[in-house]
Amino acid sequence: MYVYADNAATTSLSPRALEAMMPYFSEVYGNASSLHTPGQRAAEALQRARETVAKAINADFKEVYFTGGGSEADNQAILSGAALGARKGKKHIVSTAFEHHAVLHTLDKLKKQGFEITLLDVHENGVVTAQDVARAIREDTALVTVMFVNNEIGTIQPIGEIGAVCRERGVLFHTDAVQAVGHVPVDVKALNVDMLSMAAHKFHGPKGVGALYARKGVPLVNVIEGGQQERGKRGGTENIPGIVGMAAALEEAVANMDRDSAYVTALREKLIEGLLQIPHSRLNGDREKRVPGTVNFCFEGIEGESLLLLLDARGIAASSGSACTSGSLDPSHVLLALGLPHEIAHGSLRLSFDAQMTEQGIDHIIRSVPEVVSYLREMSPVWDELERGQTPHLI
Amino acid sequence: MSLYSDKVMDHFQHPRNVGKMEDADGIGEVGNAVCGDIMRMYIKVRDGIITDVSFITFGCGSAIASSSMATEMIKGMPIEKALELSNKAVAEALDGLPAHKLHCSVLAEEAVRAAVKDYYDKHDIAYDPVIFGCDVACAHEHDHTPTEE
Repeated sequence: MYVYADNAATTSLSPRALEAMMPYFSEVYGNASSLHTPGQRAAEALQRARETVAKAINADFKEVYFTGGGSEADNQAILSGAALGARKGKKHIVSTAFEHHAVLHTLDKLKKQGFEITLLDVHENGVVTAQDVARAIREDTALVTVMFVNNEIGTIQPIGEIGAVCRERGVLFHTDAVQAVGHVPVDVKALNVDMLSMAAHKFHGPKGVGALYARKGVPLVNVIEGGQQERGKRGGTENIPGIVGMAAALEEAVANMDRDSAYVTALREKLIEGLLQIPHSRLNGDREKRVPGTVNFCFEGIEGESLLLLLDARGIAASSGSACTSGSLDPSHVLLALGLPHEIAHGSLRLSFDAQMTEQGIDHIIRSVPEVVSYLREMSPVWDELERGQTPHLI
Repeated sequence: MSLYSDKVMDHFQHPRNVGKMEDADGIGEVGNAVCGDIMRMYIKVRDGIITDVSFITFGCGSAIASSSMATEMIKGMPIEKALELSNKAVAEALDGLPAHKLHCSVLAEEAVRAAVKDYYDKHDIAYDPVIFGCDVACAHEHDHTPTEE
């Protein structure tokens, strides 16, 4: 039995999406910018996909720009908001401490260009509040960018409330919704969102394709200069198979959302209850305000990478925010943003799944994780000191 | 997973000489929980020979594998020889470590030295402090080139 519980990293391609994509690799290979029949058939597929994606988030098709993924969409949205603000002399941006690096590194770049960045505290529960945002907005605020769902801990941010605050204050609002679209209802109009990023491979679409929603009237700057593709805002011949696959996967995810959410939430609750039986463990992030299928735990006295490797050997694919998996000496910035000390953040485990997860899979995780945690604690000098009372337990 | 060599995975999944030792003659602990890895090494010494050795480690796969390999390498060695164990030798015995994991082999070298130093100190054995010139608790702060003595 191999249980894949790393959907927040990427998902499998939906068979329906694959089927929808296939003709666009072979029979319908035209360039959507060409005037001839093969080109126009590609252009028609592109248009249908654009309408499908727009409908899924209650946008107009003219407001959807396909990109090479979620990171590109984040870059373009933030750089566009910054450029628009700068033209009006506004060089302040509000965001949060636990954004994805596609957002944080873009903000770092803007900081070097003279922008002032306010990163809001995300509190112990991993949820920023609309009041936090309201307090941070200034006369010279060009943009607010707050992620819809955190990728590591799964907490949902109050996007509608933040959108209302931004609209009232006349500040542009972007949300990185890469972990939200296809998993929770997203209505850009109701939420007062000006720009929104998404990535196909997080909802069983193909990798390397995403989209940026930009409300009518929001001027975009190009990240990729080129031809007139995507209304001149993203150069490069369109990835028609990818875009068609994205639309098919999103349509399917939205159609099944209600049914899947209930099923996945029930599995998640079982998993949380099962793993919190482990002594000195904690669930990271708000218990209620979270997407159906993402959970993140810390287990005191162990290190995340060895946990992942042993789980993999037992047929479980998961992820961790430990330093060893991040490739640096510091553990995940998300866990540190929650106020967790380094030594606790090193022992983290993220499990993310959706309706493809089975009850047997969850049972296998609930059986395996405590065994692996005990085994690692047995050989951990940190655990030894905790158990002998030489250092106090932190969780 | 292909991040690690088969040797690393073998020592990680089946660590040799793992566990605490109640009657150790020397115990060395290096690393820092904040950095994400701590190694504790226990040695038993008879007539200047390391007759038994064990370890417990908090850390990633390569930290556990490096500890395990280091214990295998020094078991049965005269103490002076064990002090010559280099991080490079540990990494090579594991068929290499990824570049960002080399500090794990450094930690293993440091753990051995710390255990020996503890043995010397506990048994009032005189030694030239130069051989422990580097504070063993500082493994992360130094650029450790293998010590060629």
